[in-house]
This record gives sequence, structure tokens and C-alpha cells, in this order.
Amino acid sequence: MDRYTEQRLFGFLARASAALILGVLVMVVGVTLWRGGRVFITDPAVMVTAPGSRYMLDGGGGFLHAVLGSIFIVVPATVVASILAISTAIFLQSDYSNERTSDVINMFLNVLWGTPPIVYGVFVLTIIIAAGAQTSLIFGTIAIAIFQYPIMTRYADEALRAAPDAVKEASYGLGATRFETAQVTVRAALPGVIAGIIMGFARGIGDAATVLFTAGRSTQMPGGPFDPATTLPILIFEQAASFNAEVRSHAYAASFVLIVAVLALILASKLLAGRFARFAPGGRHS
Amino acid sequence: MGTTETPSEGANRLDRRLLLERLSSYWLVGAGLFAVALFGLIVLTLVQQSIPIVSEYSLFQMMTSSNWDPAADEFGFLPAIVGTIYVTVLSMAMGTPLAILAAIYIAEYAEGRTKMLVSSFIDVLAAIPSVIFGLVGLIVVVPFVGDYLAPAVGAHSIGLGIVTVSLVMAIIVTPFMISLSVESLEALPDELRESSLGVGATKWETIRTVLLRAAGPGIFSAILLGFGRVFGATIVPAMLIGGQTAIPESPFDAGETLPTLIVNDFGELMSIPLTQSALILVGLMLLVIVWLFNFGAMLVRRRLQRRWQY
Repeated sequence: MDRYTEQRLFGFLARASAALILGVLVMVVGVTLWRGGRVFITDPAVMVTAPGSRYMLDGGGGFLHAVLGSIFIVVPATVVASILAISTAIFLQSDYSNERTSDVINMFLNVLWGTPPIVYGVFVLTIIIAAGAQTSLIFGTIAIAIFQYPIMTRYADEALRAAPDAVKEASYGLGATRFETAQVTVRAALPGVIAGIIMGFARGIGDAATVLFTAGRSTQMPGGPFDPATTLPILIFEQAASFNAEVRSHAYAASFVLIVAVLALILASKLLAGRFARFAPGGRHS
Repeated sequence: MGTTETPSEGANRLDRRLLLERLSSYWLVGAGLFAVALFGLIVLTLVQQSIPIVSEYSLFQMMTSSNWDPAADEFGFLPAIVGTIYVTVLSMAMGTPLAILAAIYIAEYAEGRTKMLVSSFIDVLAAIPSVIFGLVGLIVVVPFVGDYLAPAVGAHSIGLGIVTVSLVMAIIVTPFMISLSVESLEALPDELRESSLGVGATKWETIRTVLLRAAGPGIFSAILLGFGRVFGATIVPAMLIGGQTAIPESPFDAGETLPTLIVNDFGELMSIPLTQSALILVGLMLLVIVWLFNFGAMLVRRRLQRRWQY
């Protein structure tokens, strides 16, 4: 094979690989929208109907419990995780720590970032058992927050790092304290920080492994923070291979709701990042 | 802070600012240490909870025994270990070339709008929840493997099994490896491309002999991080592997991986304390191995950077 044939062959392979991956993406989104959408369009009420008493057997009612469970678990988790993540990211900037400390903490954050979600699930469940508590909504929130924390910290850290030094220097030059300067820096890095929070939210709402044994896999409406709950990913996971067609169809409809939510969040993150860019000096995008 | 000694309003405000500064610095230092504390707490908890099983049976014996039957006090991890290795190797063997070629396309071939579009689609793929991949796997990949792929190679398969999981996982790891590889390819200076093309190399020769080598450290660590990802994947294997507690004979067999072992047995067998301890030990093993992959990625990056510098 001469070098020009080789060049053509690999040029083709590179294009084909990219096309294959995009094709799979289209297929995954398409199948989910098509199979789930069909169930959803014929009976949109499944999303806002409470499940029946024998839900897992006959699929009576709808999956409002999972929709509400997802919201009640992931929204507070995102709030907690984003506060912690932004604080950690501020600390990682040089003002509060030195290079060495930042490096060490970054190493731990990388390890946490790569930790499989199932390990967080096992960890929180171990705590539940040790505390003699029962799996419930609040523990699902804790598990998701732990899962989101390293993801959001990475985004926030990158955004703060990309903020121009002039902002910080000007702020110190005017006699501001470190905390006041940090506020100014966060504002300058807002597009990236917001995008990170939304991406963390999207990851949290889609994750099943962390909440599988911590939230309680309930098939009833969530009662309170100490009652068992369930989320959309858990519902899909448990019902996708059910023998009852009705129960299975609810998993499809739930996946439709989930993928629409995730795609909307990604879109929102891109749009908001652009919108908040006006707070950043020079209208920079992250 | 002596607020009573400061009559003027200006000094009062300075006091308030300094108080806020002091309080916030405690909080921020705490938040910085939280990452370390969280990691330490996870490791300590898992280690402490796996002590009962390790003191009862030797680690080596558990890792080499193929009999998993907690009700009879048999804890053999071998089938799960074999399954995990099968899945990891197969999906990386399919996913890595795909990811590197796609990264080359994005970094070197695509331009302008196409490039932006393709890379944002890759970002979307990265954000799709794994349960959705599992569900689509059940709808599409399971019949494909059971009805076409397995008969085509003369194997028997019910559709659920190691190959099915690997096919789906191969796609799930790509976006992650692509974005890291594109980053390292794009960080290379254009002089490298120009001088290679200038001495008469074709575009592909430039990519293969110059760019892939210069971006090698980044790509290599992307691959290692990808290994860690597949290794700890839970939901897709749990949905598609078919759950069988014997050592798989062929890749078309059903099997189990370390994470699916946890998913299938946790909860139901919590009443037996030793089982709980065994499963927590599995979690600890996952954590340690993923940590080794991350650490390896960091080392490889540093070493190769020195050796393959340009």
C-alpha cells in the first residue's frame, strides 16, 4: 500500500469513526424519543399521576412519584454541592492557599472525580447502616451531592482560573479584602460557574448508581425527607426489563422525560453561559 | 472584635468587613479541606467495614475462588473479576481506536462550523445518562447480538451478555477520551505540522509520526482514565450482562462484573453481615483500582512528556 492510499484510507477511517459516534448519538436520542414519545403522547397523564397500589405488577397509575423524587433529591443536592464546589474552587485559587496545597487538594479531587458512582452509593449506605437509619430521600440527596461535588468543583475551578488576573489585581488595589475580591472574581467567572452548576445538575439527575440503594426504591409518593423515595433513573433501571408491557412502557416514557430534561439542561447551560457573559470583563465566554 | 470602642461609622464598617473576611476564610479553608476529608472518610469507612470479611477469609482465596454463594458462606470473586476484565478489555479494544480516530478527525480534519457542531454533539453524548444507554441497549443491541452477531460467529447467545455490555460501553467511554485527546492534539504548535508537511510527509504521515507522538502523553492518560471509567461502570452492565455467577466461557455468555455483584446482592442480603462486608470489600477494590488507574495516568503523562518532548 503506497503512502497516498494509506492517507486516503485513514482519512476515511477518521471520518467514519466520527460519523459512527454521531450516528450512535442520533440513534440513542432517536430511539428514546420515539419509543418513549409514543407512550408519552398517547397518555401524557402518566407523568402527573400517582402510582397505583400494585404499580410494579400492573403499572397502574403513573410515575409522578419518580418525577417528584428526582426533583426533591437532585435540586437540594445541587444547591448544597454548588455552594461547596464554588467555595472549594475559591480556596484553590492562590489567595487562601499556596501552590503546594492546591496541588494536593487537586489530586484528591481528581481521584474523587474518577470514583465510580457505585462507590458513593456503597459509602452512603454503609453510613445509613452504621447510623441505624433507613434508606430515604435525605440520604439520596447526600449521595447525589457527594457525586456532584467533584464535577462542579472542576468546572468552577476552570472558570475561576480563566478569569483575567486584572480583575483580582484591581480589586486588591482598591483595598478590598480577600473575600470581597473572591466575590468579584466569581462574578467575572460567572458564565463558566453557571454552566458547571447546570452540567452538575444534569449529571445528578441522570445518575442511578448513587441513589439505587440510598434513596429507598419506593413505589409510593415521597412522604418526607425521612421516607423512601425513588428517581427517574431508578425507575427506568428497575422497569426496563419488566415482564409486564405496561410497566415497561412506563420506563420508556420516563426515559423520554429524562432525556428531554437532560437535553434542555445542556441547552440552558450553553444559552445561560452566553447570557451571563455580559458580567464578565470584555464579554468573554468560558 | 470590639465594636463598642469604635464610635465612627467608617471604623464600624471596616470592623464588619474584617469580621466577614475572617469568618469567610474559616469557611473557605474548611471547604478546601472537605475534598480531602471526604476522600479520607470514604476510604476509612470502606476499610473498616471490610475488616470482618478479610479477617475471616484470606484475600487471595476469595479472589481465586469461583464459588459465590453468600448463603453458604462462600465468597469467590473470580467470576466477577473475570467478567470485569472481559468487559473492560473488549470495550476498550473497540472504543480506543474509535475515539482516537474521531479525535483526529475533530482536531485535524474538521473545520469551522462542522468542527464546532461535531464537538458539541460529543459533549451531548457525554451527558446522556447511562440508564438511557442501558435502555436503548435492551431495545437495540440485545436483539442485534442475539439474532445476528452471535449466529454470525457461530456462538449461541440470549442477547444479554459480555459482548452486549462491551458494545454499549465502547460508545459510552468515547466522548470522554475524545475530548481529552482533542485537547492534547490542539495544544500542539502549528510549526510541528508545517515542518512535517514541508519536508514532504503526507497529512496522515504527519499525524501518525509527529502529532500522535507529540500528543501521546495526553492521549495515553485519556486511555487510562477511560479504563477507569469502564471498570467502575455499574448501570449498563447491571442492565445488560444477564447476571450469572459462574465464570463465563465465551464473551457471548452472560456474566457479572464487580459493580453488578454489588447491585444484585446489596439490599437483599443485608441481613447477613458477612455478605455486607464482602460487598463493601468489592467497593473498596473498585476504589483502589480506579485510583491506581488515575495515578498511573498522571505518572505516564509526566514520564512520556519528558521522553517524547519535541
